Amino acid sequence: MLTKRVIACLDVRGGRVVKGVQFVDIVDAGDPAELAQRHAAGGADEIVLLDITATHEGRGTLLETVRRASAKLFVPFTVGGGIRTAEDAAAVFEAGADKVSINSAALARPELIGEIGSSFGAQAVIVAIDARRSRGGADPVGEAEVYVSGGRTPTGRRVLDWAREAEQRGAGELLLTSMDADGTKTGFDCELTSRVSAAVDIPVIASGGAGSSTHFAEVFGRGRADAALAASIFHFGVTDSRALKAELAEAGVAVRLPC
Amino acid sequence: MIAVIDYKAGNLTSVVKALRFLGETDILVTQDPEAVLLADKVILPGVGHFRSTQLLHDLQLTEATRHAIARGTPFLGICVGLQWLYQGSTEAETTDGLCHFGSRCEHFPASVEGVPLKSPHVGWNSLERIRPESRLLRGIPDGAFVYYTHAWRAGVSDDTAAVTHYGGPFTAAVERGNVMGVQFHPEKSAAVGLQVLQNFLSL
Repeated sequence: MLTKRVIACLDVRGGRVVKGVQFVDIVDAGDPAELAQRHAAGGADEIVLLDITATHEGRGTLLETVRRASAKLFVPFTVGGGIRTAEDAAAVFEAGADKVSINSAALARPELIGEIGSSFGAQAVIVAIDARRSRGGADPVGEAEVYVSGGRTPTGRRVLDWAREAEQRGAGELLLTSMDADGTKTGFDCELTSRVSAAVDIPVIASGGAGSSTHFAEVFGRGRADAALAASIFHFGVTDSRALKAELAEAGVAVRLPC
Repeated sequence: MIAVIDYKAGNLTSVVKALRFLGETDILVTQDPEAVLLADKVILPGVGHFRSTQLLHDLQLTEATRHAIARGTPFLGICVGLQWLYQGSTEAETTDGLCHFGSRCEHFPASVEGVPLKSPHVGWNSLERIRPESRLLRGIPDGAFVYYTHAWRAGVSDDTAAVTHYGGPFTAAVERGNVMGVQFHPEKSAAVGLQVLQNFLSL
Protein backbone atom coordinates (compact mmCIF):
# COMPACT_ATOMS: atom_id res chain seq x y z
CA MET A 1 0.00 0.00 0.00
CA LEU A 2 1.25 3.48 -0.88
CA THR A 3 2.02 5.26 2.37
CA LYS A 4 1.71 8.89 3.38
CA ARG A 5 5.12 10.55 3.49
CA VAL A 6 6.56 12.46 6.41
CA ILE A 7 9.15 14.93 5.12
CA ALA A 8 11.73 16.71 7.24
CA CYS A 9 12.63 20.18 6.00
CA LEU A 10 15.90 21.98 6.59
CA ASP A 11 15.81 25.74 6.08
CA VAL A 12 19.36 26.74 5.32
CA ARG A 13 20.90 30.19 5.50
CA GLY A 14 24.58 30.74 4.83
CA GLY A 15 25.26 27.03 5.15
CA ARG A 16 23.51 26.58 8.53
CA VAL A 17 20.05 25.22 9.32
CA VAL A 18 17.88 27.95 10.83
CA LYS A 19 14.33 28.11 12.04
CA GLY A 20 12.12 31.14 12.53
CA VAL A 21 8.49 31.79 13.21
CA GLN A 22 6.94 33.54 10.19
CA PHE A 23 10.41 34.68 9.13
CA VAL A 24 11.36 36.37 12.42
CA ASP A 25 13.19 35.15 15.55
CA ILE A 26 15.53 33.06 13.46
CA VAL A 27 17.70 30.71 15.51
CA ASP A 28 20.52 28.35 14.59
CA ALA A 29 19.48 24.69 14.50
CA GLY A 30 22.67 23.04 13.28
CA ASP A 31 24.72 21.66 10.42
CA PRO A 32 22.65 20.62 7.35
CA ALA A 33 24.60 17.45 6.54
CA GLU A 34 24.46 16.26 10.12
CA LEU A 35 20.75 17.07 10.45
CA ALA A 36 19.89 15.38 7.14
CA GLN A 37 21.56 12.20 8.38
CA ARG A 38 19.85 12.44 11.73
CA HIS A 39 16.41 12.91 10.15
CA ALA A 40 16.92 9.98 7.78
CA ALA A 41 18.06 7.80 10.67
CA GLY A 42 15.08 9.06 12.66
CA GLY A 43 12.68 7.67 10.08
CA ALA A 44 11.93 10.65 7.80
CA ASP A 45 10.67 9.45 4.40
CA GLU A 46 12.33 12.32 2.57
CA ILE A 47 14.56 15.28 3.23
CA VAL A 48 14.00 18.74 1.78
CA LEU A 49 16.66 21.42 1.97
CA LEU A 50 15.54 24.98 1.25
CA ASP A 51 18.11 27.72 0.85
CA ILE A 52 16.04 30.56 2.27
CA THR A 53 18.47 33.32 1.44
CA ALA A 54 19.55 31.97 -1.93
CA THR A 55 21.83 34.86 -2.74
CA HIS A 56 23.96 34.60 -5.82
CA GLU A 57 27.13 34.68 -3.72
CA GLY A 58 25.76 31.82 -1.67
CA ARG A 59 25.54 29.35 -4.58
CA GLY A 60 28.91 27.79 -3.91
CA THR A 61 28.03 27.31 -0.25
CA LEU A 62 24.70 25.74 -1.21
CA LEU A 63 26.23 23.27 -3.65
CA GLU A 64 28.86 22.27 -1.11
CA THR A 65 26.11 21.86 1.48
CA VAL A 66 24.10 19.68 -0.92
CA ARG A 67 27.17 17.59 -1.66
CA ARG A 68 27.89 17.01 2.02
CA ALA A 69 24.27 16.41 2.96
CA SER A 70 23.70 13.87 0.18
CA ALA A 71 26.95 11.94 0.59
CA LYS A 72 25.45 9.18 2.72
CA LEU A 73 21.76 9.94 2.34
CA PHE A 74 19.78 7.03 0.92
CA VAL A 75 16.30 8.54 0.98
CA PRO A 76 14.92 11.04 -1.56
CA PHE A 77 16.52 14.47 -1.27
CA THR A 78 14.99 17.69 -2.60
CA VAL A 79 16.76 21.02 -2.85
CA GLY A 80 15.15 24.42 -3.41
CA GLY A 81 15.92 28.09 -3.22
CA GLY A 82 17.32 30.37 -5.90
CA ILE A 83 17.02 27.89 -8.77
CA ARG A 84 16.29 30.14 -11.75
CA THR A 85 17.49 28.23 -14.78
CA ALA A 86 17.83 24.66 -16.03
CA GLU A 87 21.61 25.12 -15.52
CA ASP A 88 21.09 26.01 -11.84
CA ALA A 89 18.99 22.85 -11.52
CA ALA A 90 21.61 20.73 -13.28
CA ALA A 91 24.28 21.94 -10.82
CA VAL A 92 22.07 20.99 -7.87
CA PHE A 93 21.35 17.52 -9.32
CA GLU A 94 25.06 17.10 -10.01
CA ALA A 95 25.75 17.91 -6.35
CA GLY A 96 23.45 15.07 -5.28
CA ALA A 97 19.82 16.25 -5.22
CA ASP A 98 17.09 13.93 -6.53
CA LYS A 99 14.51 16.67 -7.03
CA VAL A 100 14.51 20.42 -7.18
CA SER A 101 11.88 22.72 -5.81
CA ILE A 102 11.21 25.86 -7.81
CA ASN A 103 8.99 28.75 -6.82
CA SER A 104 9.48 32.40 -7.85
CA ALA A 105 11.40 31.48 -10.99
CA ALA A 106 8.58 29.18 -12.18
CA LEU A 107 6.05 31.98 -11.81
CA ALA A 108 8.32 34.43 -13.58
CA ARG A 109 8.93 31.99 -16.43
CA PRO A 110 6.67 28.91 -16.34
CA GLU A 111 8.58 27.26 -19.22
CA LEU A 112 11.29 26.50 -16.66
CA ILE A 113 9.17 23.61 -15.32
CA GLY A 114 9.24 21.81 -18.65
CA GLU A 115 12.88 22.67 -19.31
CA ILE A 116 14.08 20.97 -16.12
CA GLY A 117 11.65 18.10 -16.66
CA SER A 118 12.88 17.41 -20.18
CA SER A 119 16.41 16.75 -18.91
CA PHE A 120 15.76 15.20 -15.53
CA GLY A 121 12.17 13.92 -15.76
CA ALA A 122 8.93 15.36 -14.41
CA GLN A 123 9.41 13.41 -11.16
CA ALA A 124 12.44 15.61 -10.42
CA VAL A 125 10.51 18.89 -10.52
CA ILE A 126 8.55 20.10 -7.51
CA VAL A 127 6.72 23.37 -7.89
CA ALA A 128 6.49 25.13 -4.53
CA ILE A 129 3.51 27.39 -3.98
CA ASP A 130 3.38 29.89 -1.11
CA ALA A 131 -0.30 30.56 -0.53
CA ARG A 132 -2.25 33.03 1.52
CA ARG A 133 -6.02 32.92 1.93
CA SER A 134 -7.91 35.88 0.54
CA ARG A 135 -8.84 38.42 3.19
CA GLY A 136 -12.43 38.86 2.06
CA GLY A 137 -14.88 37.51 -0.47
CA ALA A 138 -17.21 34.57 -0.43
CA ASP A 139 -14.52 31.91 -0.88
CA PRO A 140 -11.22 32.86 0.87
CA VAL A 141 -9.78 29.40 0.13
CA GLY A 142 -10.77 29.25 -3.54
CA GLU A 143 -9.50 32.82 -3.93
CA ALA A 144 -6.23 32.12 -2.07
CA GLU A 145 -3.34 33.96 -3.69
CA VAL A 146 0.18 32.93 -4.68
CA TYR A 147 3.09 34.85 -3.13
CA VAL A 148 6.72 34.87 -4.21
CA SER A 149 10.11 36.03 -2.94
CA GLY A 150 9.86 34.21 0.35
CA GLY A 151 6.28 35.31 0.90
CA ARG A 152 6.99 39.01 0.45
CA THR A 153 5.34 39.67 -2.90
CA PRO A 154 1.75 38.91 -3.95
CA THR A 155 1.39 37.80 -7.57
CA GLY A 156 -2.31 38.31 -8.14
CA ARG A 157 -2.59 34.67 -9.22
CA ARG A 158 -5.05 32.24 -7.71
CA VAL A 159 -3.48 29.22 -6.07
CA LEU A 160 -5.86 26.77 -7.74
CA ASP A 161 -5.15 28.17 -11.22
CA TRP A 162 -1.40 28.14 -10.76
CA ALA A 163 -1.50 24.59 -9.33
CA ARG A 164 -3.32 23.39 -12.47
CA GLU A 165 -0.96 25.23 -14.77
CA ALA A 166 2.12 23.88 -12.98
CA GLU A 167 0.74 20.37 -13.44
CA GLN A 168 0.04 20.93 -17.14
CA ARG A 169 3.54 22.25 -17.61
CA GLY A 170 4.96 19.05 -16.22
CA ALA A 171 5.48 19.44 -12.48
CA GLY A 172 5.87 16.06 -10.78
CA GLU A 173 4.65 17.23 -7.37
CA LEU A 174 3.40 20.37 -5.66
CA LEU A 175 4.72 21.67 -2.36
CA LEU A 176 1.95 23.81 -0.92
CA THR A 177 2.88 26.10 1.97
CA SER A 178 0.16 27.92 3.83
CA MET A 179 1.61 31.26 4.84
CA ASP A 180 -1.30 31.72 7.24
CA ALA A 181 -0.41 28.54 9.11
CA ASP A 182 3.38 28.60 8.73
CA GLY A 183 5.25 28.62 12.01
CA THR A 184 2.10 28.68 14.13
CA LYS A 185 2.13 24.98 15.13
CA THR A 186 -1.68 25.12 15.11
CA GLY A 187 -2.17 22.68 12.24
CA PHE A 188 -1.97 22.58 8.44
CA ASP A 189 -4.49 24.46 6.31
CA CYS A 190 -6.51 21.32 5.52
CA GLU A 191 -9.18 23.12 3.57
CA LEU A 192 -6.71 24.75 1.19
CA THR A 193 -4.67 21.55 0.84
CA SER A 194 -7.73 19.49 0.02
CA ARG A 195 -8.92 21.98 -2.61
CA VAL A 196 -5.52 21.92 -4.34
CA SER A 197 -5.23 18.15 -4.06
CA ALA A 198 -8.64 17.72 -5.71
CA ALA A 199 -7.72 20.16 -8.49
CA VAL A 200 -4.67 18.21 -9.72
CA ASP A 201 -3.70 14.59 -10.41
CA ILE A 202 -0.14 14.87 -9.08
CA PRO A 203 0.93 14.42 -5.45
CA VAL A 204 0.55 17.37 -3.10
CA ILE A 205 2.91 17.95 -0.17
CA ALA A 206 1.35 20.03 2.60
CA SER A 207 3.52 22.45 4.51
CA GLY A 208 3.09 25.04 7.24
CA GLY A 209 1.59 24.70 10.68
CA ALA A 210 2.70 21.25 11.87
CA GLY A 211 2.70 21.04 15.64
CA SER A 212 1.48 17.56 16.55
CA SER A 213 0.76 14.11 15.12
CA THR A 214 -2.94 15.01 15.10
CA HIS A 215 -2.18 17.77 12.61
CA PHE A 216 -0.50 15.26 10.31
CA ALA A 217 -3.41 12.83 10.62
CA GLU A 218 -5.82 15.64 9.73
CA VAL A 219 -3.95 16.80 6.65
CA PHE A 220 -3.58 13.20 5.40
CA GLY A 221 -7.29 12.67 6.04
CA ARG A 222 -9.55 15.58 5.27
CA GLY A 223 -6.63 17.58 3.82
CA ARG A 224 -6.12 14.85 1.17
CA ALA A 225 -2.36 15.47 1.24
CA ASP A 226 -0.04 12.79 -0.15
CA ALA A 227 2.85 13.97 2.00
CA ALA A 228 3.41 16.50 4.74
CA LEU A 229 6.46 18.50 5.63
CA ALA A 230 7.67 19.94 8.88
CA ALA A 231 10.81 21.48 10.28
CA SER A 232 10.89 22.78 13.82
CA ILE A 233 9.00 19.96 15.51
CA PHE A 234 11.86 17.67 14.46
CA HIS A 235 14.81 20.01 14.98
CA PHE A 236 14.33 20.73 18.60
CA GLY A 237 13.64 17.18 19.57
CA VAL A 238 9.89 17.68 20.11
CA THR A 239 9.50 14.40 18.26
CA ASP A 240 11.20 12.39 15.53
CA SER A 241 9.63 10.93 12.42
CA ARG A 242 9.57 7.41 13.83
CA ALA A 243 7.63 8.44 16.93
CA LEU A 244 5.35 10.60 14.81
CA LYS A 245 4.68 7.75 12.39
CA ALA A 246 3.98 5.33 15.23
CA GLU A 247 1.27 7.72 16.41
CA LEU A 248 -0.06 8.07 12.86
CA ALA A 249 -0.19 4.28 12.43
CA GLU A 250 -2.09 4.16 15.70
CA ALA A 251 -4.56 6.67 14.21
CA GLY A 252 -5.03 4.44 11.14
CA VAL A 253 -2.80 6.33 8.68
CA ALA A 254 -0.71 4.13 6.33
CA VAL A 255 2.94 5.03 6.96
CA ARG A 256 6.32 3.43 6.34
CA LEU A 257 6.98 1.43 9.48
CA PRO A 258 9.36 -0.02 10.54
CA CYS A 259 11.66 2.63 9.15
CA MET B 1 34.38 -4.15 -12.51
CA ILE B 2 30.81 -2.90 -12.25
CA ALA B 3 29.70 -1.04 -15.36
CA VAL B 4 27.07 1.61 -14.72
CA ILE B 5 25.65 2.60 -18.09
CA ASP B 6 25.30 6.34 -18.63
CA TYR B 7 22.70 7.17 -21.28
CA LYS B 8 22.04 10.73 -20.11
CA ALA B 9 18.79 9.81 -18.40
CA GLY B 10 18.74 11.76 -15.19
CA ASN B 11 21.21 11.40 -12.47
CA LEU B 12 23.55 8.47 -11.85
CA THR B 13 25.27 10.02 -8.85
CA SER B 14 23.07 8.45 -6.22
CA VAL B 15 23.40 4.91 -7.61
CA VAL B 16 27.18 5.20 -7.71
CA LYS B 17 27.17 6.71 -4.21
CA ALA B 18 25.18 3.78 -2.85
CA LEU B 19 27.53 1.23 -4.49
CA ARG B 20 30.53 3.02 -2.96
CA PHE B 21 28.82 3.11 0.43
CA LEU B 22 28.48 -0.67 0.17
CA GLY B 23 32.24 -0.94 -0.29
CA GLU B 24 32.39 -1.37 -4.07
CA THR B 25 35.46 0.44 -5.39
CA ASP B 26 35.69 -0.78 -8.99
CA ILE B 27 32.87 1.16 -10.64
CA LEU B 28 32.96 2.47 -14.19
CA VAL B 29 30.32 4.92 -15.39
CA THR B 30 30.40 4.33 -19.11
CA GLN B 31 28.84 4.60 -22.57
CA ASP B 32 31.35 2.18 -24.07
CA PRO B 33 29.97 -1.17 -25.37
CA GLU B 34 33.40 -2.75 -24.78
CA ALA B 35 33.19 -1.91 -21.07
CA VAL B 36 29.79 -3.60 -20.88
CA LEU B 37 31.26 -6.74 -22.49
CA LEU B 38 34.18 -6.79 -20.04
CA ALA B 39 32.21 -5.97 -16.90
CA ASP B 40 31.58 -8.48 -14.11
CA LYS B 41 28.18 -6.89 -13.55
CA VAL B 42 26.16 -4.29 -15.37
CA ILE B 43 23.72 -1.75 -13.92
CA LEU B 44 21.36 0.31 -16.04
CA PRO B 45 19.90 3.07 -13.89
CA GLY B 46 17.44 5.56 -15.23
CA VAL B 47 14.78 7.98 -14.33
CA GLY B 48 12.91 10.12 -16.75
CA HIS B 49 11.59 9.47 -20.24
CA PHE B 50 11.68 6.10 -22.03
CA ARG B 51 12.80 7.78 -25.27
CA SER B 52 16.22 8.45 -23.72
CA THR B 53 16.88 4.70 -24.01
CA GLN B 54 17.12 5.24 -27.78
CA LEU B 55 20.72 6.24 -27.09
CA LEU B 56 21.42 2.65 -25.98
CA HIS B 57 20.60 1.45 -29.50
CA ASP B 58 22.47 4.33 -31.14
CA LEU B 59 25.65 3.60 -29.18
CA GLN B 60 25.50 -0.20 -29.77
CA LEU B 61 24.95 -0.73 -26.08
CA THR B 62 21.90 -2.91 -26.79
CA GLU B 63 23.99 -5.45 -28.67
CA ALA B 64 26.71 -5.34 -26.01
CA THR B 65 24.08 -5.95 -23.31
CA ARG B 66 22.66 -8.95 -25.24
CA HIS B 67 26.13 -10.49 -25.48
CA ALA B 68 26.94 -9.81 -21.82
CA ILE B 69 23.63 -11.32 -20.72
CA ALA B 70 24.10 -14.39 -22.94
CA ARG B 71 27.46 -14.91 -21.29
CA GLY B 72 25.86 -14.88 -17.85
CA THR B 73 26.88 -11.40 -16.67
CA PRO B 74 24.45 -10.28 -13.92
CA PHE B 75 22.41 -7.33 -15.15
CA LEU B 76 20.28 -4.95 -13.06
CA GLY B 77 17.92 -2.39 -14.56
CA ILE B 78 16.53 0.31 -12.27
CA CYS B 79 13.25 2.17 -12.95
CA VAL B 80 13.37 3.04 -16.67
CA GLY B 81 16.22 0.50 -16.72
CA LEU B 82 13.72 -2.21 -15.76
CA GLN B 83 11.24 -0.99 -18.36
CA TRP B 84 13.91 -1.19 -21.05
CA LEU B 85 14.21 -4.95 -20.43
CA TYR B 86 10.68 -5.31 -21.86
CA GLN B 87 9.52 -4.87 -25.47
CA GLY B 88 9.06 -1.16 -24.98
CA SER B 89 6.81 1.41 -23.41
CA THR B 90 3.78 3.34 -24.55
CA GLU B 91 5.71 6.40 -23.33
CA ALA B 92 7.84 6.25 -26.50
CA GLU B 93 6.16 3.99 -29.07
CA THR B 94 8.95 4.16 -31.64
CA THR B 95 11.75 3.18 -29.23
CA ASP B 96 12.13 -0.56 -28.74
CA GLY B 97 13.32 -2.07 -25.51
CA LEU B 98 15.69 -5.01 -25.15
CA CYS B 99 12.75 -7.45 -25.54
CA HIS B 100 14.22 -9.80 -22.94
CA PHE B 101 10.84 -9.94 -21.22
CA GLY B 102 7.52 -9.91 -23.04
CA SER B 103 4.87 -7.17 -23.12
CA ARG B 104 5.09 -3.40 -23.16
CA CYS B 105 5.09 -1.04 -20.22
CA GLU B 106 1.97 1.07 -19.86
CA HIS B 107 0.85 4.19 -18.02
CA PHE B 108 -1.15 3.85 -14.80
CA PRO B 109 -4.88 4.12 -15.47
CA ALA B 110 -6.41 7.57 -14.84
CA SER B 111 -8.93 6.01 -12.48
CA VAL B 112 -9.78 2.69 -10.89
CA GLU B 113 -13.44 1.79 -10.39
CA GLY B 114 -14.37 5.44 -10.81
CA VAL B 115 -11.83 6.70 -8.26
CA PRO B 116 -9.13 8.97 -9.76
CA LEU B 117 -5.59 7.60 -9.49
CA LYS B 118 -2.80 10.13 -9.11
CA SER B 119 0.15 9.82 -11.40
CA PRO B 120 3.13 9.70 -11.10
CA HIS B 121 3.09 7.08 -8.35
CA VAL B 122 5.39 8.76 -5.84
CA GLY B 123 6.38 7.51 -2.43
CA TRP B 124 7.06 4.48 -0.30
CA ASN B 125 5.04 1.43 -1.20
CA SER B 126 5.34 -2.19 -0.11
CA LEU B 127 6.79 -5.25 -1.85
CA GLU B 128 4.36 -8.15 -1.91
CA ARG B 129 4.36 -11.77 -3.08
CA ILE B 130 8.17 -11.87 -3.10
CA ARG B 131 9.28 -15.03 -4.92
CA PRO B 132 11.15 -17.11 -2.32
CA GLU B 133 13.86 -18.15 -4.77
CA SER B 134 14.62 -14.56 -5.87
CA ARG B 135 18.35 -13.90 -5.48
CA LEU B 136 17.92 -10.16 -5.83
CA LEU B 137 15.38 -9.94 -3.01
CA ARG B 138 17.02 -12.44 -0.69
CA GLY B 139 16.36 -11.54 2.95
CA ILE B 140 13.76 -8.89 2.10
CA PRO B 141 10.48 -9.60 3.92
CA ASP B 142 7.06 -9.29 2.32
CA GLY B 143 5.66 -5.86 3.12
CA ALA B 144 9.06 -4.12 3.12
CA PHE B 145 8.82 -0.53 1.89
CA VAL B 146 10.70 0.87 -1.09
CA TYR B 147 10.64 4.26 -2.81
CA TYR B 148 8.94 4.76 -6.17
CA THR B 149 8.59 7.64 -8.59
CA HIS B 150 7.20 6.68 -12.01
CA ALA B 151 4.10 6.81 -14.20
CA TRP B 152 4.68 3.75 -16.45
CA ARG B 153 5.02 0.18 -15.22
CA ALA B 154 5.27 -3.41 -16.38
CA GLY B 155 2.38 -5.82 -15.86
CA VAL B 156 2.70 -8.98 -13.81
CA SER B 157 4.13 -12.09 -15.55
CA ASP B 158 5.87 -15.37 -14.68
CA ASP B 159 9.16 -13.48 -14.39
CA THR B 160 7.81 -11.08 -11.78
CA ALA B 161 9.82 -11.49 -8.56
CA ALA B 162 7.63 -9.19 -6.44
CA VAL B 163 4.60 -7.01 -7.00
CA THR B 164 3.50 -3.67 -5.65
CA HIS B 165 -0.09 -2.47 -5.65
CA TYR B 166 -1.06 0.88 -7.12
CA GLY B 167 -4.19 0.88 -9.23
CA GLY B 168 -3.75 -2.93 -9.24
CA PRO B 169 -0.61 -5.06 -9.02
CA PHE B 170 2.44 -4.29 -11.18
CA THR B 171 5.95 -5.69 -11.43
CA ALA B 172 8.06 -4.25 -8.60
CA ALA B 173 10.96 -6.57 -9.43
CA VAL B 174 11.61 -8.90 -12.34
CA GLU B 175 14.16 -11.70 -12.38
CA ARG B 176 15.02 -14.54 -14.74
CA GLY B 177 18.45 -16.08 -14.31
CA ASN B 178 21.07 -13.33 -14.41
CA VAL B 179 18.71 -10.63 -15.71
CA MET B 180 17.00 -8.51 -13.07
CA GLY B 181 15.19 -5.25 -12.74
CA VAL B 182 13.50 -3.15 -10.09
CA GLN B 183 10.87 -0.49 -10.72
CA PHE B 184 11.65 1.17 -7.39
CA HIS B 185 14.81 3.11 -6.54
CA PRO B 186 17.01 0.93 -4.30
CA GLU B 187 19.51 3.80 -3.98
CA LYS B 188 16.72 5.86 -2.35
CA SER B 189 15.03 3.11 -0.35
CA ALA B 190 17.09 3.32 2.84
CA ALA B 191 18.22 0.02 4.41
CA VAL B 192 15.90 -2.18 2.31
CA GLY B 193 17.24 -0.68 -0.92
CA LEU B 194 20.86 -1.02 0.16
CA GLN B 195 20.17 -4.71 0.92
CA VAL B 196 18.86 -5.22 -2.63
CA LEU B 197 21.99 -3.61 -4.10
CA GLN B 198 24.16 -5.67 -1.76
CA ASN B 199 22.39 -8.82 -2.95
CA PHE B 200 23.18 -7.88 -6.54
CA LEU B 201 26.82 -7.10 -5.74
CA SER B 202 27.12 -10.48 -3.99
CA LEU B 203 26.01 -12.51 -7.03
